[in-house]
Amino acid sequence: MHWLWVSAVCVLSGSVFAASDSTWEMESMKPDLNDVDSLQRGLALYANFCIGCHSLQYQRYERTADDLGEIPHDLVLDSIIFTDQQIGDYMTTSMSEEDAKNWFGVAPPDLTMVTRVRSPKWVYNFLKTFYVDESRPYGVNNKVFPNVGMPHVLLPLQGISEEVCYGYATIDVIERQGTFHSAAEEGVTDSIDRLQGRELNCPEVRTIPGSGLYSVEEFDQAAFDLANFLHYVSDPSRQQRKALGTWVIGFLVILLVLAYFLNREYWKDIHNDKPD
Amino acid sequence: MTDSKSNPVTRRYLLLATSGVAAVGVVGAAVPFVQSWTPSAKARALGAPIKVDISRLKPGEMLRPTPKWRGQTIFVFHRSESVLARLEKEAADLADPLSKKSIQPDYAANTWRSIRPEIGVYIGLCTHLGCVPTYEPDVGSEKWDSNWRGGFFCPCHGSKFDLAGRIEKNLPAPTNLVVPPYRYETETMIVVGEDMEDMEEIA
Amino acid sequence: MTESTNRPSFISRCQNWIDARFPWTDTLNRHAAKYYAPRNFNFWYVFGALAFFVLILQLVTGVWLTMSYVPTSEGAFGSIEYTMREVSFGWLIRYLHSTGASAFFVVVYIHMFRGFAYGSYRSPRELIWLIGMGIYLVLMAEGFFGYLLPWGNMSYWGAQVIVSLVGAIPFFGPDMMEWVRGDFVMSEITLNRFFALHVFALPGALVVLVFVHIVALHHVGSNNPDGIEIKDKKDEKGVPLDGIPFHPYYTVHDFFAIVVFLIIFCAVVFYAPEMFGYFIEKPNFEIANPIKTPEHIAPVWYYTPFYAMLRAATFPLFGIDAKFWGLVVMAGAILIPAALPWLDRSPVRSIRYKGRISKLMLGMLVTSFIVLGYLGTIPPSPFATFTAQVGTMIYFSYFLLMPWYTQREKTKAEPERVTD
Repeated sequence: MHWLWVSAVCVLSGSVFAASDSTWEMESMKPDLNDVDSLQRGLALYANFCIGCHSLQYQRYERTADDLGEIPHDLVLDSIIFTDQQIGDYMTTSMSEEDAKNWFGVAPPDLTMVTRVRSPKWVYNFLKTFYVDESRPYGVNNKVFPNVGMPHVLLPLQGISEEVCYGYATIDVIERQGTFHSAAEEGVTDSIDRLQGRELNCPEVRTIPGSGLYSVEEFDQAAFDLANFLHYVSDPSRQQRKALGTWVIGFLVILLVLAYFLNREYWKDIHNDKPD
Repeated sequence: MTDSKSNPVTRRYLLLATSGVAAVGVVGAAVPFVQSWTPSAKARALGAPIKVDISRLKPGEMLRPTPKWRGQTIFVFHRSESVLARLEKEAADLADPLSKKSIQPDYAANTWRSIRPEIGVYIGLCTHLGCVPTYEPDVGSEKWDSNWRGGFFCPCHGSKFDLAGRIEKNLPAPTNLVVPPYRYETETMIVVGEDMEDMEEIA
Repeated sequence: MTESTNRPSFISRCQNWIDARFPWTDTLNRHAAKYYAPRNFNFWYVFGALAFFVLILQLVTGVWLTMSYVPTSEGAFGSIEYTMREVSFGWLIRYLHSTGASAFFVVVYIHMFRGFAYGSYRSPRELIWLIGMGIYLVLMAEGFFGYLLPWGNMSYWGAQVIVSLVGAIPFFGPDMMEWVRGDFVMSEITLNRFFALHVFALPGALVVLVFVHIVALHHVGSNNPDGIEIKDKKDEKGVPLDGIPFHPYYTVHDFFAIVVFLIIFCAVVFYAPEMFGYFIEKPNFEIANPIKTPEHIAPVWYYTPFYAMLRAATFPLFGIDAKFWGLVVMAGAILIPAALPWLDRSPVRSIRYKGRISKLMLGMLVTSFIVLGYLGTIPPSPFATFTAQVGTMIYFSYFLLMPWYTQREKTKAEPERVTD
């Protein structure tokens, strides 16, 4: 029945890799949970820029501090916790849900497991692809999460970013609308829908040099650190799990060898006893 | 295959080795299940030291709502000069007046069973079977004692403690109320769950 | 043991004491040391023991998960995260259980395939087969109810979609839907009853059915890859010539299989517990949200072949709409293997001695099942729907044409004795 195996393997291998549904070509990002420095920087960035709105409601400060290179609890209380929360508390925002709804229309989502719902790569690209768009309430839009209802919180670090569009040598919306008019005058009547549907060919987001605190490389690193940190938070026992797995499987392999020889030993009775 | 004769000795050793390793495996597999019954991170976080602000504590009163440490009620209350004087005198009918058999940190092993005489800090669980005694500071005639001199009364089995948490003789509770580890962070801030580091602080 | 004149040893006296009051030695002999199984079991015969092993694993981890699970719409999702993060080794117990669910179906599907291939359902084993189908149905229900419990967004919407299927039943459907949910939408009430069924009623039913399955098997004896009856040829003591004691020969054999299984299983548990979204789907890391449907709802992989067949029914028939026929097709596909003992008219049991058409049909069945399983995980498209329709036809033709092709084809002669 070997042919059954072959057909099964062919079909399954085709099915494992399903396509992503985003149109934006995302940069690759491989989280590195062994990079404790990166995770600690990610924690600091999260505490400074994110936790004001986004809770990590299933994660405790204490666990985070202990997992990320045993950060002293006093240090966490002094430099990470800006509220009257205790070290054993969950990493929740101090903003009430009611305030959030008044200010943003919806409560900012909890991000404990955002990298499991999306992916670390998604978070990394999301953080990097805010761009100026005056038509949006906060003056910015996002390539990975179009029309996101969130300001560009990392703007002071990254600086001002603009989308780079090809075919329309424009930068911000006002200028683009100008281009659109001229395009319409040239008889390109369907471009109004395309423009409003943002289906322009704008495959790049570029930061104006010197407009932020960080260089492009530094900001990339910051985005990586945040995504990496959130990857840790999404499943904090991941490292422990993999380490334990090695031991368990190593043990089972020893047991396997013994079981194999035991089985062979017993079955000698049967094989020696062939009726022929 | 002709020489593959079964060997009883090999078989026996293989069986022993496999059983032994498998038994280790079973014990190993049981570890997570046993371990999962230990207090969870949440329970341990709730068991972390707590800060108790006593700036609002009025003379003769107990701090309400009662703070909780490791889920246990903590009695924090103020004792007036007259109460303290009484506590020093009345020791005759107490089961353990010097707290020899009772549980308290060294720095609270004194007559008032506290760091500062006027502030009492006790775990509010009767040492008999763990009920929460009620705070009855007023002297007078009560249902449970016509000659009540103020203290704690346990409604479950009638144990009576004085205002230093000391148990009266011939009652169900064997020892005095437990004093938790605690220290003064400032004049008005107590940390319950952490020991006082410096004995000289008492002075 | 050595000196027969002495008093019996303490252990054998204990054994005698028990045996006088409970058939302990008798039971062990009947089901192990003197249960004679065919000597020619192959690879495919370990999956029964594996299924039993996974059942135990699921029962134990399930009990432990229940200890920190909160069956309320407010608390369920958070209690799973509590288990994963705060309970010592809670993550391990949870992943063992979630991976165990998928492993259960892997093992059971292969176990069933073994039955298909070697004709294990045929007389006198019809009842074993029917009990096995019962186990399979309960297992599907168990998986379905269990999947709602984490109260993730996929839990919620997956259950919503499957419960809505009931609504396709003419006349009673809409009322029945409300009855199943106990509410007008999926709600805490639904969660509570699914919880009760998942942790109490169905595991109980499963254990009883598995017990009966094994008792029936040991009563008639096991089939084997040659599909011949070993009890036909016995020695003077009444022991089948091709039979060997289950213990120790198959216990050491199955033990080896369990270790192999555990290595693969642990590799998943420790290194890829979500199995790339096939064992735990991504939207299930978000709490159930009754106003936000995940972009693409797919059941867990073990239901997807039947889900694809459900979606393959796209046209109304006899004045009843397609939704109802989808339900009929799906239910039919799940239930039709129960009819196998009466559909198979071949003079031989095993695929080894059946003709070419049987081999081809079995190959097509397996292929269609896997292709349908894949199609059930992807969003519908005209091509996918068409492929699913073809797959559904192939799936059903294996069963419905069986009386014809098993009688018509030329079979090989069965051997007198089992072959190695």
